[in-house]
Amino acid sequence: MDFLRRILGIIWISIGLWAGYYLVISQAIPKFESSAPEDMVPAIIYTFILAPIIVGGMFVFGWYAIKGEYNQK
Amino acid sequence: MDQKISKKKLWGVIGASSVGTLIEWYDFYIFGSLATIIATKFFPIDNPTAGFLSTLATFAAGFVVRPFGALFFGRLGDLIGRKYTFMVTLLIMGFSTFAIGLIPGYETIGFFAPILVLLLRLLQGLALGGEYGGAATYVAEHAEPGKRGLRTSWIQTTATAGLFISLFVILAVKHSMTKESFEDWGWRVPFLISIVMVGVSYFIRKNMDESPMFQKAKDEGKTVANPLKESFGKKLNFKFVLLALFGAAMGQGVVWYTGQFYALSFLQKVCNIEFDQTNYIIAIALMAGTGFFVFFGWLSDKIGRKPIILAGMLIAILSYRSIYDKMYATSDVSNKEEIAAKTIIKTETVVDAKTQQAFFVTKTTKSYKDGTTFNEEKKVKVNAASTDVPMIKQSILVGSTSFWTLIALVFVQVIFVTMVYGPIAAFLVELFPTAIRYTSMSLPYHIGNGIFGGLLPVVASSLAIKASLANQAAKVAGKALPYDKPYLEGLWYPIIIGGISFAIGLIYINGKDKNIND
Repeated sequence: MDFLRRILGIIWISIGLWAGYYLVISQAIPKFESSAPEDMVPAIIYTFILAPIIVGGMFVFGWYAIKGEYNQK
Repeated sequence: MDQKISKKKLWGVIGASSVGTLIEWYDFYIFGSLATIIATKFFPIDNPTAGFLSTLATFAAGFVVRPFGALFFGRLGDLIGRKYTFMVTLLIMGFSTFAIGLIPGYETIGFFAPILVLLLRLLQGLALGGEYGGAATYVAEHAEPGKRGLRTSWIQTTATAGLFISLFVILAVKHSMTKESFEDWGWRVPFLISIVMVGVSYFIRKNMDESPMFQKAKDEGKTVANPLKESFGKKLNFKFVLLALFGAAMGQGVVWYTGQFYALSFLQKVCNIEFDQTNYIIAIALMAGTGFFVFFGWLSDKIGRKPIILAGMLIAILSYRSIYDKMYATSDVSNKEEIAAKTIIKTETVVDAKTQQAFFVTKTTKSYKDGTTFNEEKKVKVNAASTDVPMIKQSILVGSTSFWTLIALVFVQVIFVTMVYGPIAAFLVELFPTAIRYTSMSLPYHIGNGIFGGLLPVVASSLAIKASLANQAAKVAGKALPYDKPYLEGLWYPIIIGGISFAIGLIYINGKDKNIND
Protein backbone atom coordinates (compact mmCIF):
# COMPACT_ATOMS: atom_id res chain seq x y z
CA MET A 1 0.00 0.00 0.00
CA ASP A 2 2.86 2.38 0.79
CA PHE A 3 4.27 1.68 -2.68
CA LEU A 4 0.92 2.68 -4.21
CA ARG A 5 0.87 5.85 -2.06
CA ARG A 6 4.26 6.83 -3.44
CA ILE A 7 3.56 5.98 -7.09
CA LEU A 8 0.26 7.87 -7.10
CA GLY A 9 2.20 11.02 -6.24
CA ILE A 10 2.91 11.31 -9.98
CA ILE A 11 -0.84 11.28 -10.68
CA TRP A 12 -1.54 14.07 -8.16
CA ILE A 13 1.19 16.25 -9.66
CA SER A 14 -0.19 15.58 -13.16
CA ILE A 15 -3.75 16.40 -12.09
CA GLY A 16 -2.54 19.66 -10.54
CA LEU A 17 -0.73 20.66 -13.74
CA TRP A 18 -3.68 19.71 -15.94
CA ALA A 19 -6.10 21.64 -13.69
CA GLY A 20 -3.85 24.71 -13.82
CA TYR A 21 -3.71 24.53 -17.62
CA TYR A 22 -7.49 24.08 -17.84
CA LEU A 23 -8.25 26.93 -15.44
CA VAL A 24 -5.90 29.46 -16.96
CA ILE A 25 -5.88 28.56 -20.68
CA SER A 26 -9.43 27.26 -21.18
CA GLN A 27 -11.32 29.29 -18.59
CA ALA A 28 -9.52 32.46 -17.50
CA ILE A 29 -7.96 33.71 -20.76
CA PRO A 30 -11.25 33.71 -22.75
CA LYS A 31 -12.83 35.58 -19.82
CA PHE A 32 -10.00 38.12 -19.72
CA GLU A 33 -10.49 38.63 -23.47
CA SER A 34 -14.24 39.19 -23.10
CA SER A 35 -15.26 42.75 -22.37
CA ALA A 36 -17.96 41.79 -19.84
CA PRO A 37 -17.07 43.12 -16.37
CA GLU A 38 -18.71 40.16 -14.65
CA ASP A 39 -16.20 37.85 -16.38
CA MET A 40 -13.19 39.68 -14.94
CA VAL A 41 -13.66 38.59 -11.32
CA PRO A 42 -13.91 34.84 -12.05
CA ALA A 43 -10.92 35.17 -14.43
CA ILE A 44 -8.84 36.84 -11.70
CA ILE A 45 -9.93 34.25 -9.14
CA TYR A 46 -9.12 31.32 -11.47
CA THR A 47 -5.69 32.73 -12.34
CA PHE A 48 -4.49 34.14 -9.04
CA ILE A 49 -6.32 32.10 -6.41
CA LEU A 50 -7.65 28.75 -7.63
CA ALA A 51 -4.87 27.78 -10.07
CA PRO A 52 -2.01 28.49 -7.60
CA ILE A 53 -3.78 26.56 -4.84
CA ILE A 54 -4.45 23.55 -7.06
CA VAL A 55 -1.16 23.52 -8.96
CA GLY A 56 1.02 24.37 -5.96
CA GLY A 57 -0.96 22.31 -3.47
CA MET A 58 -1.22 19.19 -5.62
CA PHE A 59 2.43 19.47 -6.62
CA VAL A 60 3.64 19.59 -3.01
CA PHE A 61 1.14 16.91 -1.97
CA GLY A 62 2.27 14.65 -4.83
CA TRP A 63 5.91 15.35 -4.05
CA TYR A 64 5.43 14.45 -0.38
CA ALA A 65 3.63 11.28 -1.49
CA ILE A 66 6.53 10.29 -3.78
CA LYS A 67 9.00 10.93 -0.97
CA GLY A 68 7.03 8.57 1.29
CA GLU A 69 5.84 11.25 3.73
CA TYR A 70 2.40 9.64 3.89
CA ASN A 71 3.64 6.09 4.32
CA GLN A 72 2.01 4.42 7.27
CA LYS A 73 4.63 1.76 8.05
CA MET B 1 -8.07 15.85 29.73
CA ASP B 2 -6.87 16.51 33.23
CA GLN B 3 -9.89 18.41 34.47
CA LYS B 4 -13.22 16.73 34.12
CA ILE B 5 -15.88 19.08 32.82
CA SER B 6 -19.44 18.83 34.11
CA LYS B 7 -22.22 17.96 31.67
CA LYS B 8 -23.91 21.29 32.41
CA LYS B 9 -20.77 23.25 31.62
CA LEU B 10 -20.16 21.20 28.49
CA TRP B 11 -23.67 21.96 27.18
CA GLY B 12 -23.04 25.62 28.02
CA VAL B 13 -19.88 25.49 25.89
CA ILE B 14 -21.70 23.77 23.02
CA GLY B 15 -24.67 26.13 23.26
CA ALA B 16 -22.60 29.33 23.40
CA SER B 17 -20.36 28.24 20.55
CA SER B 18 -23.18 26.93 18.35
CA VAL B 19 -25.50 29.93 18.79
CA GLY B 20 -22.71 32.38 17.91
CA THR B 21 -21.66 30.36 14.86
CA LEU B 22 -25.29 30.01 13.78
CA ILE B 23 -25.72 33.78 13.92
CA GLU B 24 -22.58 34.28 11.88
CA TRP B 25 -23.91 31.91 9.20
CA TYR B 26 -27.26 33.71 9.31
CA ASP B 27 -25.49 37.05 8.79
CA PHE B 28 -23.48 35.63 5.94
CA TYR B 29 -26.42 34.03 4.14
CA ILE B 30 -28.89 36.93 4.25
CA PHE B 31 -26.61 38.88 1.93
CA GLY B 32 -26.70 36.01 -0.60
CA SER B 33 -30.44 35.45 -0.24
CA LEU B 34 -31.17 39.17 -0.75
CA ALA B 35 -28.53 39.60 -3.48
CA THR B 36 -31.08 40.57 -6.13
CA ILE B 37 -32.56 43.41 -4.07
CA ILE B 38 -29.13 44.52 -2.82
CA ALA B 39 -27.95 44.73 -6.43
CA THR B 40 -30.78 47.08 -7.36
CA LYS B 41 -30.11 49.33 -4.33
CA PHE B 42 -26.31 49.46 -4.42
CA PHE B 43 -25.10 48.12 -7.76
CA PRO B 44 -27.12 49.57 -10.66
CA ILE B 45 -26.91 47.25 -13.67
CA ASP B 46 -26.50 50.06 -16.18
CA ASN B 47 -23.20 51.04 -14.51
CA PRO B 48 -20.37 48.62 -15.43
CA THR B 49 -18.12 49.61 -12.52
CA ALA B 50 -20.91 49.02 -10.04
CA GLY B 51 -21.56 45.69 -11.78
CA PHE B 52 -17.90 44.77 -11.29
CA LEU B 53 -18.08 45.69 -7.59
CA SER B 54 -21.23 43.60 -7.28
CA THR B 55 -19.52 40.50 -8.67
CA LEU B 56 -16.52 41.21 -6.46
CA ALA B 57 -18.78 41.45 -3.40
CA THR B 58 -20.31 38.08 -4.24
CA PHE B 59 -17.13 36.20 -5.05
CA ALA B 60 -14.24 37.85 -3.29
CA ALA B 61 -15.96 38.44 0.02
CA GLY B 62 -18.10 35.35 0.02
CA PHE B 63 -15.42 32.88 -0.84
CA VAL B 64 -11.91 34.12 -1.41
CA VAL B 65 -11.51 36.22 1.72
CA ARG B 66 -12.53 33.39 4.05
CA PRO B 67 -9.15 31.59 3.94
CA PHE B 68 -7.46 34.89 4.78
CA GLY B 69 -9.78 35.24 7.76
CA ALA B 70 -8.82 31.69 8.72
CA LEU B 71 -5.14 32.61 8.66
CA PHE B 72 -5.52 35.92 10.47
CA PHE B 73 -7.86 34.80 13.23
CA GLY B 74 -6.43 31.28 13.39
CA ARG B 75 -3.07 32.78 14.26
CA LEU B 76 -4.67 35.01 16.90
CA GLY B 77 -6.57 32.05 18.32
CA ASP B 78 -3.37 30.05 18.71
CA LEU B 79 -1.58 33.01 20.25
CA ILE B 80 -4.06 34.66 22.60
CA GLY B 81 -6.78 32.05 22.94
CA ARG B 82 -9.86 30.60 21.31
CA LYS B 83 -12.45 32.43 23.41
CA TYR B 84 -11.29 36.00 22.77
CA THR B 85 -10.71 35.39 19.09
CA PHE B 86 -14.12 33.98 18.30
CA MET B 87 -15.73 36.78 20.30
CA VAL B 88 -13.95 39.28 18.07
CA THR B 89 -15.13 37.50 14.91
CA LEU B 90 -18.70 37.51 16.25
CA LEU B 91 -18.59 41.26 16.87
CA ILE B 92 -17.04 42.02 13.47
CA MET B 93 -19.71 39.95 11.75
CA GLY B 94 -22.53 41.55 13.76
CA PHE B 95 -21.28 45.07 13.17
CA SER B 96 -20.80 44.50 9.42
CA THR B 97 -24.25 42.97 8.98
CA PHE B 98 -25.98 45.71 10.95
CA ALA B 99 -24.08 48.40 9.03
CA ILE B 100 -25.11 46.93 5.63
CA GLY B 101 -28.71 47.46 6.76
CA LEU B 102 -27.99 51.15 7.39
CA ILE B 103 -26.15 52.16 4.20
CA PRO B 104 -28.09 54.63 2.03
CA GLY B 105 -28.64 53.48 -1.55
CA TYR B 106 -26.66 54.33 -4.69
CA GLU B 107 -29.19 57.00 -5.60
CA THR B 108 -28.43 58.87 -2.33
CA ILE B 109 -24.66 58.61 -1.85
CA GLY B 110 -23.49 57.40 -5.28
CA PHE B 111 -20.36 55.26 -5.44
CA PHE B 112 -19.82 55.30 -1.68
CA ALA B 113 -22.76 52.89 -1.44
CA PRO B 114 -21.30 49.94 -3.40
CA ILE B 115 -17.81 50.56 -1.96
CA LEU B 116 -19.12 50.52 1.62
CA VAL B 117 -21.15 47.37 0.93
CA LEU B 118 -18.11 45.69 -0.58
CA LEU B 119 -15.91 46.60 2.41
CA LEU B 120 -18.48 45.36 4.89
CA ARG B 121 -18.95 42.16 2.90
CA LEU B 122 -15.18 41.64 2.99
CA LEU B 123 -15.29 42.03 6.78
CA GLN B 124 -18.09 39.45 6.89
CA GLY B 125 -15.94 37.01 4.91
CA LEU B 126 -12.93 37.59 7.18
CA ALA B 127 -15.03 37.13 10.32
CA LEU B 128 -16.58 33.90 9.03
CA GLY B 129 -13.11 32.62 8.16
CA GLY B 130 -12.07 33.04 11.78
CA GLU B 131 -15.26 31.97 13.50
CA TYR B 132 -15.75 28.36 12.51
CA GLY B 133 -12.29 27.06 13.40
CA GLY B 134 -12.52 28.78 16.78
CA ALA B 135 -15.90 27.33 17.64
CA ALA B 136 -15.00 23.81 16.46
CA THR B 137 -11.67 23.85 18.30
CA TYR B 138 -13.22 25.31 21.46
CA VAL B 139 -15.90 22.62 21.63
CA ALA B 140 -13.53 19.78 20.69
CA GLU B 141 -11.08 20.83 23.39
CA HIS B 142 -13.84 20.66 25.99
CA ALA B 143 -15.31 17.35 24.76
CA GLU B 144 -14.79 14.04 26.55
CA PRO B 145 -12.54 11.54 24.74
CA GLY B 146 -14.64 9.31 22.49
CA LYS B 147 -17.39 11.92 22.11
CA ARG B 148 -15.73 14.63 20.08
CA GLY B 149 -17.70 13.69 16.96
CA LEU B 150 -20.99 14.00 18.82
CA ARG B 151 -20.09 17.25 20.61
CA THR B 152 -18.66 19.06 17.58
CA SER B 153 -21.55 17.91 15.39
CA TRP B 154 -23.67 20.63 17.04
CA ILE B 155 -21.34 23.20 15.51
CA GLN B 156 -21.88 21.41 12.19
CA THR B 157 -25.63 21.93 12.35
CA THR B 158 -25.18 25.70 12.51
CA ALA B 159 -24.34 26.30 8.85
CA THR B 160 -27.52 24.59 7.69
CA ALA B 161 -29.61 26.04 10.52
CA GLY B 162 -28.22 29.50 9.70
CA LEU B 163 -29.37 29.13 6.09
CA PHE B 164 -32.74 27.84 7.24
CA ILE B 165 -33.24 30.75 9.68
CA SER B 166 -32.15 33.29 7.07
CA LEU B 167 -34.75 31.91 4.62
CA PHE B 168 -37.38 31.90 7.38
CA VAL B 169 -36.67 35.49 8.51
CA ILE B 170 -36.65 36.79 4.94
CA LEU B 171 -39.93 35.05 4.07
CA ALA B 172 -41.52 36.21 7.36
CA VAL B 173 -40.49 39.85 6.83
CA LYS B 174 -41.52 39.69 3.17
CA HIS B 175 -44.98 38.34 3.97
CA SER B 176 -45.55 40.84 6.78
CA MET B 177 -45.59 43.82 4.39
CA THR B 178 -46.39 44.75 0.81
CA LYS B 179 -43.97 43.85 -2.00
CA GLU B 180 -43.21 47.57 -2.50
CA SER B 181 -42.43 48.16 1.19
CA PHE B 182 -40.14 45.13 1.26
CA GLU B 183 -38.25 46.29 -1.80
CA ASP B 184 -38.13 49.86 -0.49
CA TRP B 185 -36.98 49.36 3.12
CA GLY B 186 -38.18 45.97 4.42
CA TRP B 187 -35.13 44.10 3.07
CA ARG B 188 -33.04 46.01 5.65
CA VAL B 189 -34.88 44.38 8.58
CA PRO B 190 -33.07 40.97 8.43
CA PHE B 191 -29.75 42.86 8.54
CA LEU B 192 -30.76 45.15 11.39
CA ILE B 193 -32.17 42.45 13.69
CA SER B 194 -28.83 40.68 13.51
CA ILE B 195 -27.43 43.15 16.07
CA VAL B 196 -29.87 41.87 18.70
CA MET B 197 -28.88 38.26 18.08
CA VAL B 198 -25.19 39.10 18.10
CA GLY B 199 -25.58 41.09 21.33
CA VAL B 200 -27.25 38.16 23.09
CA SER B 201 -24.64 35.72 21.81
CA TYR B 202 -21.81 38.05 22.86
CA PHE B 203 -23.02 38.18 26.45
CA ILE B 204 -23.42 34.39 26.57
CA ARG B 205 -19.90 33.86 25.22
CA LYS B 206 -18.40 36.55 27.43
CA ASN B 207 -18.95 34.44 30.52
CA MET B 208 -17.31 31.34 29.11
CA ASP B 209 -13.84 30.18 30.20
CA GLU B 210 -10.89 29.65 27.91
CA SER B 211 -10.49 26.16 26.43
CA PRO B 212 -8.84 23.96 29.10
CA MET B 213 -6.36 22.47 26.63
CA PHE B 214 -5.25 25.85 25.35
CA GLN B 215 -5.05 27.22 28.90
CA LYS B 216 -2.92 24.26 29.95
CA ALA B 217 -0.63 24.68 26.94
CA LYS B 218 -0.34 28.39 27.71
CA ASP B 219 0.37 27.81 31.40
CA GLU B 220 3.05 25.29 30.53
CA GLY B 221 4.58 27.62 27.92
CA LYS B 222 3.75 25.19 25.12
CA THR B 223 2.11 27.69 22.76
CA VAL B 224 4.17 28.76 19.77
CA ALA B 225 5.35 32.26 18.90
CA ASN B 226 4.55 31.96 15.20
CA PRO B 227 1.65 29.56 14.49
CA LEU B 228 1.69 30.33 10.74
CA LYS B 229 5.34 29.34 10.39
CA GLU B 230 4.77 26.28 12.56
CA SER B 231 1.68 25.17 10.58
CA PHE B 232 2.80 25.84 7.04
CA GLY B 233 6.58 26.12 7.27
CA LYS B 234 7.19 22.72 8.83
CA LYS B 235 6.74 19.63 6.70
CA LEU B 236 5.51 17.58 9.67
CA ASN B 237 2.40 19.79 9.97
CA PHE B 238 2.06 21.11 6.44
CA LYS B 239 1.69 17.62 4.95
CA PHE B 240 -1.38 17.14 7.14
CA VAL B 241 -2.78 20.53 6.11
CA LEU B 242 -2.55 19.34 2.48
CA LEU B 243 -4.04 15.96 3.33
CA ALA B 244 -6.93 17.60 5.22
CA LEU B 245 -7.59 19.83 2.22
CA PHE B 246 -7.32 17.38 -0.67
CA GLY B 247 -8.41 14.21 1.13
CA ALA B 248 -11.42 15.59 2.99
CA ALA B 249 -12.34 19.31 2.98
CA MET B 250 -12.25 19.70 -0.81
CA GLY B 251 -14.67 16.81 -1.41
CA GLN B 252 -16.80 17.76 1.59
CA GLY B 253 -17.02 21.34 0.28
CA VAL B 254 -18.36 20.37 -3.13
CA VAL B 255 -20.85 17.87 -1.68
CA TRP B 256 -22.11 20.54 0.73
CA TYR B 257 -22.45 23.25 -1.89
CA THR B 258 -24.12 20.88 -4.37
CA GLY B 259 -26.66 19.69 -1.82
CA GLN B 260 -27.61 23.11 -0.47
CA PHE B 261 -26.79 25.81 -2.98
CA TYR B 262 -26.58 24.20 -6.41
CA ALA B 263 -29.87 22.40 -5.69
CA LEU B 264 -31.47 25.79 -4.96
CA SER B 265 -30.02 27.40 -8.06
CA PHE B 266 -30.95 24.38 -10.23
CA LEU B 267 -34.57 24.49 -9.06
CA GLN B 268 -34.82 28.22 -9.70
CA LYS B 269 -32.82 28.70 -12.87
CA VAL B 270 -32.99 25.37 -14.71
CA CYS B 271 -36.33 23.99 -13.54
CA ASN B 272 -37.85 27.54 -13.40
CA ILE B 273 -39.67 26.81 -10.17
CA GLU B 274 -41.14 29.89 -8.54
CA PHE B 275 -38.91 31.72 -5.94
CA ASP B 276 -40.99 31.16 -2.79
CA GLN B 277 -41.76 27.54 -3.62
CA THR B 278 -38.07 26.81 -4.20
CA ASN B 279 -37.22 28.28 -0.81
CA TYR B 280 -39.93 26.16 0.85
CA ILE B 281 -38.55 23.01 -0.82
CA ILE B 282 -35.03 23.75 0.42
CA ALA B 283 -36.15 24.87 3.88
CA ILE B 284 -38.28 21.75 4.52
CA ALA B 285 -35.52 19.42 3.28
CA LEU B 286 -32.96 21.19 5.48
CA MET B 287 -35.21 21.07 8.51
CA ALA B 288 -35.83 17.36 8.03
CA GLY B 289 -32.13 16.62 7.51
CA THR B 290 -30.44 18.76 10.17
CA GLY B 291 -30.70 16.14 12.93
CA PHE B 292 -28.53 13.82 10.84
CA PHE B 293 -25.48 16.04 11.45
CA VAL B 294 -25.64 14.99 15.07
CA PHE B 295 -26.38 11.37 14.15
CA PHE B 296 -23.35 11.07 11.87
CA GLY B 297 -21.18 12.97 14.37
CA TRP B 298 -22.22 10.43 17.01
CA LEU B 299 -21.71 7.50 14.60
CA SER B 300 -18.21 8.76 13.75
CA ASP B 301 -17.27 8.30 17.42
CA LYS B 302 -18.29 4.65 17.09
CA ILE B 303 -16.94 3.63 13.67
CA GLY B 304 -14.49 6.44 12.79
CA ARG B 305 -14.67 9.68 10.82
CA LYS B 306 -13.09 8.36 7.63
CA PRO B 307 -15.68 5.70 6.63
CA ILE B 308 -18.61 8.09 7.06
CA ILE B 309 -17.06 11.06 5.28
CA LEU B 310 -15.82 8.93 2.38
CA ALA B 311 -19.07 6.95 2.09
CA GLY B 312 -20.99 10.25 1.89
CA MET B 313 -18.68 11.51 -0.84
CA LEU B 314 -18.87 8.28 -2.85
CA ILE B 315 -22.64 7.86 -2.69
CA ALA B 316 -23.10 11.55 -3.56
CA ILE B 317 -20.89 11.55 -6.65
CA LEU B 318 -22.39 8.27 -7.90
CA SER B 319 -25.98 9.46 -7.54
CA TYR B 320 -25.91 13.18 -8.46
CA ARG B 321 -26.73 12.73 -12.14
CA SER B 322 -29.73 10.49 -11.42
CA ILE B 323 -31.02 12.82 -8.69
CA TYR B 324 -30.76 15.96 -10.83
CA ASP B 325 -32.24 14.18 -13.84
CA LYS B 326 -35.21 13.21 -11.68
CA MET B 327 -35.51 16.80 -10.35
CA TYR B 328 -35.61 18.08 -13.93
CA ALA B 329 -38.15 15.46 -15.03
CA THR B 330 -40.38 16.17 -11.99
CA SER B 331 -40.68 19.86 -12.86
CA ASP B 332 -40.74 19.44 -16.66
CA VAL B 333 -44.26 20.39 -17.79
CA SER B 334 -43.89 18.38 -21.00
CA ASN B 335 -44.19 15.27 -18.78
CA LYS B 336 -47.49 16.51 -17.33
CA GLU B 337 -51.05 16.32 -18.63
CA GLU B 338 -52.36 19.78 -19.51
CA ILE B 339 -55.93 20.94 -18.87
CA ALA B 340 -56.39 22.75 -22.18
CA ALA B 341 -59.66 24.40 -21.11
CA LYS B 342 -57.83 26.29 -18.33
CA THR B 343 -55.18 27.85 -20.56
CA ILE B 344 -55.24 31.65 -20.46
CA ILE B 345 -53.35 33.81 -22.97
CA LYS B 346 -53.41 37.61 -22.70
CA THR B 347 -51.55 40.09 -24.88
CA GLU B 348 -51.19 43.78 -24.06
CA THR B 349 -49.00 46.71 -25.04
CA VAL B 350 -46.83 48.14 -22.28
CA VAL B 351 -44.62 51.23 -22.37
CA ASP B 352 -41.45 51.20 -20.29
CA ALA B 353 -41.57 54.30 -18.07
CA LYS B 354 -37.79 54.83 -18.13
CA THR B 355 -36.98 54.26 -21.81
CA GLN B 356 -40.42 55.01 -23.32
CA GLN B 357 -39.99 51.85 -25.40
CA ALA B 358 -43.26 50.06 -26.21
CA PHE B 359 -43.51 46.28 -25.87
CA PHE B 360 -46.06 43.59 -26.75
CA VAL B 361 -46.38 41.50 -23.59
CA THR B 362 -47.97 38.07 -23.89
CA LYS B 363 -48.85 36.33 -20.62
CA THR B 364 -49.65 32.64 -20.78
CA THR B 365 -50.94 30.54 -17.89
CA LYS B 366 -51.30 26.79 -18.27
CA SER B 367 -52.71 24.37 -15.72
CA TYR B 368 -51.96 20.65 -15.39
CA LYS B 369 -53.88 17.74 -13.91
CA ASP B 370 -51.37 17.25 -11.06
CA GLY B 371 -51.98 20.80 -9.83
CA THR B 372 -48.96 22.37 -11.52
CA THR B 373 -49.26 25.88 -12.97
CA PHE B 374 -46.99 27.24 -15.68
CA ASN B 375 -46.63 31.00 -16.25
CA GLU B 376 -44.80 32.63 -19.11
CA GLU B 377 -44.29 36.30 -19.90
CA LYS B 378 -43.00 37.05 -23.38
CA LYS B 379 -41.90 40.62 -24.10
CA VAL B 380 -41.22 41.73 -27.68
CA LYS B 381 -40.40 45.28 -28.79
CA VAL B 382 -43.07 46.93 -30.90
CA ASN B 383 -41.53 47.17 -34.40
CA ALA B 384 -38.85 44.66 -33.37
CA ALA B 385 -36.31 43.62 -35.97
CA SER B 386 -36.38 39.97 -37.02
CA THR B 387 -33.04 39.45 -35.23
CA ASP B 388 -34.34 40.78 -31.87
CA VAL B 389 -34.65 38.01 -29.31
CA PRO B 390 -37.85 38.16 -27.19
CA MET B 391 -37.41 38.41 -23.41
CA ILE B 392 -39.03 35.38 -21.83
CA LYS B 393 -39.69 34.82 -18.12
CA GLN B 394 -41.05 31.45 -17.06
CA SER B 395 -42.06 30.20 -13.66
CA ILE B 396 -43.59 26.95 -12.54
CA LEU B 397 -45.59 26.31 -9.40
CA VAL B 398 -45.50 22.52 -9.07
CA GLY B 399 -48.42 20.48 -7.73
CA SER B 400 -48.39 18.71 -4.39
CA THR B 401 -46.94 15.35 -5.55
CA SER B 402 -44.10 17.02 -7.47
CA PHE B 403 -43.49 19.38 -4.53
CA TRP B 404 -42.94 16.50 -2.10
CA THR B 405 -40.93 14.55 -4.66
CA LEU B 406 -38.58 17.51 -5.01
CA ILE B 407 -38.31 17.83 -1.23
CA ALA B 408 -37.38 14.14 -1.05
CA LEU B 409 -34.72 14.59 -3.76
CA VAL B 410 -33.18 17.58 -1.96
CA PHE B 411 -33.47 15.76 1.38
CA VAL B 412 -31.36 12.88 0.02
CA GLN B 413 -28.69 15.41 -0.90
CA VAL B 414 -28.89 16.95 2.57
CA ILE B 415 -28.21 13.48 3.99
CA PHE B 416 -25.03 13.31 1.89
CA VAL B 417 -24.12 16.73 3.29
CA THR B 418 -24.65 15.52 6.85
CA MET B 419 -22.46 12.45 6.21
CA VAL B 420 -19.50 14.47 4.93
CA TYR B 421 -19.99 17.52 7.13
CA GLY B 422 -21.19 16.04 10.45
CA PRO B 423 -17.85 14.45 11.43
CA ILE B 424 -15.48 16.89 9.65
CA ALA B 425 -14.83 19.22 12.61
CA ALA B 426 -13.76 16.34 14.83
CA PHE B 427 -11.65 14.93 11.99
CA LEU B 428 -9.85 18.25 11.44
CA VAL B 429 -9.16 19.07 15.09
CA GLU B 430 -7.73 15.60 15.63
CA LEU B 431 -5.13 16.10 12.90
CA PHE B 432 -3.28 18.94 14.62
CA PRO B 433 -1.66 19.69 18.01
CA THR B 434 -3.14 22.31 20.40
CA ALA B 435 -0.48 24.95 19.71
CA ILE B 436 -1.41 25.29 16.03
CA ARG B 437 -4.85 23.69 15.89
CA TYR B 438 -6.92 26.82 15.23
CA THR B 439 -4.66 27.98 12.37
CA SER B 440 -4.05 24.56 10.84
CA MET B 441 -7.64 23.33 10.74
CA SER B 442 -9.20 26.63 9.65
CA LEU B 443 -7.24 27.00 6.43
CA PRO B 444 -8.06 23.66 4.75
CA TYR B 445 -11.67 24.00 5.90
CA HIS B 446 -12.11 27.43 4.33
CA ILE B 447 -10.22 26.62 1.14
CA GLY B 448 -12.26 23.42 0.77
CA ASN B 449 -15.57 25.09 1.48
CA GLY B 450 -15.02 28.71 0.50
CA ILE B 451 -13.04 28.19 -2.68
CA PHE B 452 -13.72 24.66 -4.00
CA GLY B 453 -17.30 24.70 -2.70
CA GLY B 454 -18.00 28.41 -3.13
CA LEU B 455 -16.99 28.45 -6.77
CA LEU B 456 -19.24 25.48 -7.54
CA PRO B 457 -22.28 27.47 -8.73
CA VAL B 458 -20.14 29.51 -11.16
CA VAL B 459 -18.10 26.62 -12.55
CA ALA B 460 -21.10 24.28 -12.75
CA SER B 461 -23.28 26.90 -14.46
CA SER B 462 -20.46 27.67 -16.90
CA LEU B 463 -20.17 23.96 -17.83
CA ALA B 464 -23.95 23.67 -18.31
CA ILE B 465 -24.10 26.83 -20.46
CA LYS B 466 -21.16 25.61 -22.56
CA ALA B 467 -23.00 22.33 -23.21
CA SER B 468 -26.23 24.15 -24.14
CA LEU B 469 -24.36 26.41 -26.57
CA ALA B 470 -22.62 23.41 -28.15
CA ASN B 471 -26.03 21.78 -28.65
CA GLN B 472 -27.45 24.95 -30.18
CA ALA B 473 -24.49 25.23 -32.58
CA ALA B 474 -24.84 21.58 -33.58
CA LYS B 475 -28.56 22.08 -34.18
CA VAL B 476 -27.91 25.07 -36.45
CA ALA B 477 -25.25 23.10 -38.34
CA GLY B 478 -27.62 20.13 -38.70
CA LYS B 479 -25.27 17.84 -36.76
CA ALA B 480 -26.05 15.37 -34.00
CA LEU B 481 -26.34 16.99 -30.56
CA PRO B 482 -23.11 16.44 -28.57
CA TYR B 483 -24.88 16.45 -25.17
CA ASP B 484 -27.92 14.34 -24.40
CA LYS B 485 -28.77 16.29 -21.23
CA PRO B 486 -26.83 19.57 -21.15
CA TYR B 487 -28.47 20.63 -17.87
CA LEU B 488 -26.57 17.82 -16.10
CA GLU B 489 -23.13 18.83 -17.38
CA GLY B 490 -22.48 21.20 -14.45
CA LEU B 491 -22.44 18.21 -12.14
CA TRP B 492 -19.10 17.08 -13.52
CA TYR B 493 -17.43 19.67 -11.29
CA PRO B 494 -18.55 18.15 -7.94
CA ILE B 495 -18.21 14.64 -9.38
CA ILE B 496 -14.58 15.11 -10.47
CA ILE B 497 -13.47 17.14 -7.42
CA GLY B 498 -15.34 14.78 -5.09
CA GLY B 499 -13.86 11.75 -6.89
CA ILE B 500 -10.26 13.01 -6.50
CA SER B 501 -10.86 13.86 -2.86
CA PHE B 502 -12.40 10.43 -2.24
CA ALA B 503 -9.40 8.66 -3.80
CA ILE B 504 -6.88 10.72 -1.79
CA GLY B 505 -8.86 10.26 1.43
CA LEU B 506 -9.21 6.53 0.89
CA ILE B 507 -5.54 5.94 0.15
CA TYR B 508 -3.77 8.39 2.43
CA ILE B 509 -5.91 9.10 5.51
CA ASN B 510 -5.15 6.96 8.50
CA GLY B 511 -8.61 6.12 9.82
CA LYS B 512 -7.54 5.62 13.43
CA ASP B 513 -9.02 8.04 15.96
CA LYS B 514 -6.43 10.36 17.47
CA ASN B 515 -5.90 11.70 20.95
CA ILE B 516 -6.06 15.47 20.83
CA ASN B 517 -4.70 15.82 24.35
CA ASP B 518 -1.27 15.65 22.72
